[in-house]
Amino acid sequence: MVRTYLLLVWAWTRAAAQYPVSFALMTVGGFVISGLDVAVIWVIFTNTTSLGGFDLGEVMFLYGTAGLSFALADLLFSNVDRISQHIRAGTFDVMLIRPVSPFVQVATERFVPHRIGRVIQAAAVLAIALNRVDVPLERGWMIPVMVASGTVIFTALWALGGAAQFLLTDAPEVANAFTYGGATLTHYPLSVYGGELVRGVTYVLPLAFVNWQPGLYVLGRDDPFGLPYWLRFLSPAAAAAIALAAFLAWRAGVRRYRSTGS
Amino acid sequence: MIEVDRLGRTFKVRGTVVHAVRDLSFAVEAGEFVGCLGPNGAGKSTTIKMLTGILAPTSGRLRVAGLDPSRRRMALARMIGVVFGQRTTLWWDLPLKDSFELVRLLYKVDRRVFRRRLDELCSLLELGDFLATPVRQLSLGQRMRGDIAAALLHDPPILVLDEPTIGLDVVSKAGVRDFLRRLNAEHGTTILLTTHDLGDIEQLCRRVMLIDHGRLAFDGTVAGLRAVVPGEASIEEAVTHLYLSSRRSPRTHPHRPAPDPPSVTA
Repeated sequence: MVRTYLLLVWAWTRAAAQYPVSFALMTVGGFVISGLDVAVIWVIFTNTTSLGGFDLGEVMFLYGTAGLSFALADLLFSNVDRISQHIRAGTFDVMLIRPVSPFVQVATERFVPHRIGRVIQAAAVLAIALNRVDVPLERGWMIPVMVASGTVIFTALWALGGAAQFLLTDAPEVANAFTYGGATLTHYPLSVYGGELVRGVTYVLPLAFVNWQPGLYVLGRDDPFGLPYWLRFLSPAAAAAIALAAFLAWRAGVRRYRSTGS
Repeated sequence: MIEVDRLGRTFKVRGTVVHAVRDLSFAVEAGEFVGCLGPNGAGKSTTIKMLTGILAPTSGRLRVAGLDPSRRRMALARMIGVVFGQRTTLWWDLPLKDSFELVRLLYKVDRRVFRRRLDELCSLLELGDFLATPVRQLSLGQRMRGDIAAALLHDPPILVLDEPTIGLDVVSKAGVRDFLRRLNAEHGTTILLTTHDLGDIEQLCRRVMLIDHGRLAFDGTVAGLRAVVPGEASIEEAVTHLYLSSRRSPRTHPHRPAPDPPSVTA
């Protein structure tokens, strides 16, 4: 499955490479637009020295890890939110008659590599942040773990949104509220939000496990909400749980698929 | 190759249950060439979608190449080729040959085998002139030939075609028919096609099935189909007769089971 995914991505990348100018412009565009997010953080810190109890380096660390997770999921799987277009156009029928998971097919269909611009931007922010905050090596191992878990969590959100579109054919906007909305939420320390919201994204929709809980561990900070210490190590488990939920929802969605006329 | 036993599919449309297919039973042996007729909305496409695993049936039992289509979709995909006349399975913006390359990747066809088969299909279907053309710029006849080639690149023993000649001009139609006839005769591919074109049935199919109101209204030879109406009836007259009679019966006798299909010996 991974091999098929990569082969399809490569085939679509070659197709996109036939328009190199467009590719270059879109990559730069993605880089610049996501760069504006960081500009917002800079603006905030020209007026204050801390945001929700975190200094500039720490906020950039939280932004960089969440941004990297999101950008990777966005690059690799966000095409899944086009499922309702495929259902309406009847192209989903065609995906079902092929010997490859329809999820992989939807994710790779018209894969555009220019989203790599966001990945580079988030990685750059993370690199700058790591330069400013002192992360001891014995806690640094958590960084790749949290980025990988975060990527899985965002991918699962897209898959859940895709699964919902089997029932509500016009739901991509609802799904986007959770994916893009979730990404924006994780850009800042959760301590700037209310306790109810934080408990919601900890115990219901596991966005707190993208960067907040493991980030507290990496930065060696106390939890401003006083939630249990062991939550900091649960990112992989939270990612596995939501991935399983997304897998089951997706499978149920395909099973309920009704196709279109003729 | 295909076993269908009391197959049914219902859809809920704004609270009411619609039976698209009900109590459909038939079997197709290896090497057969079967044509499937039926008025619009009779359940032909729904049946094809269940046979190809796109839709799960709501009742009955279904086996294609020994597999339950909607549960073993991936395994089934290697055993069947599917062509939709109304929509392409190719990629709209890509040149035809890139579409074929994607199909090769999806079906994991060995590169050398793929080359050989593509060359063969290219000469039989005369694809050479427009291999580099994006699919959206192809004429309907060219696109259909491209679709048929794409469905056969993995050399499936079963080919299912939903209205493959719809909208084609006389010459393109003859080309497609010629190709299908040879594929069935020389390669032994089992073919099931749906059509509204009685010429397809007369020229290609040894066996014809007529589906109406989601049920099998006739299953037999073309000669047997003509014999449904007394006298020297044409196939058009026989089909018209069957369409009209089955349209009347369910309305006047909603609870009576459909009349038994006329028994015909091949």
